[in-house]
Amino acid sequence: MIVAAALAILVAMSMAIVRALLGPTIYDRILAINLFGTKTVMLITLIAALAGRADYLDIALVYAMINFIAMIAVLKFFEYGSLGHAGSDGQGE
Amino acid sequence: MAVSGMLVLTGKGNKMTVLDILSGILLLAGCSLGVIGAIGLIRFPDFYTRMHAAGVTDTLCAGLFFGGLAIQFGLTLASAKLLLIFLFMLFTCPTSSHALAKAARHGGLEPWTKTGSGAAHNMSQEGAKS
Repeated sequence: MIVAAALAILVAMSMAIVRALLGPTIYDRILAINLFGTKTVMLITLIAALAGRADYLDIALVYAMINFIAMIAVLKFFEYGSLGHAGSDGQGE
Repeated sequence: MAVSGMLVLTGKGNKMTVLDILSGILLLAGCSLGVIGAIGLIRFPDFYTRMHAAGVTDTLCAGLFFGGLAIQFGLTLASAKLLLIFLFMLFTCPTSSHALAKAARHGGLEPWTKTGSGAAHNMSQEGAKS
């Protein structure tokens, strides 16, 4: 059952990679890479269940956090042109 | 985890198989949602529709998936970590989708219509009237 779930997640990851390579705009690529990172977190938890090691769940948690921070940083960079910009509406990110 | 406690109360003999079947159903539902989202990510014609496919399925996919895995792990520290990961993704997936849509709108990306993306703004206003 876990192996079938891992295969489904790998299929979804490969589709996300296809969209990231094909994507006509930069936002399509960012969306696909975000989905890829989310599926990677799930794959790490599956590996933890397969290997029977609960330590890997910490790695999955850290990976989820890094995925979110990187997503926000890349979006801000492509929205404003620099990471130090305060934002157009004064609220920042 | 509440579901597993209820099942422990009800059935003693085939407790493991019931839990395994329940966990398998949750895992398969989550994975099928993930694959559906990925198919939508490939097949949809526009960035905003793709974001709908990917962003909407993402949260429920994570919830079902981590629920199934938590049933596999049982009531241990690993389930608490899975709950933490799920709570984090429950908050960050809509946030990143919102930031992505905001960045795309700020970047001047127009939504897709049937007649092409060039006359998108006028056509969407007419579609709202009719």
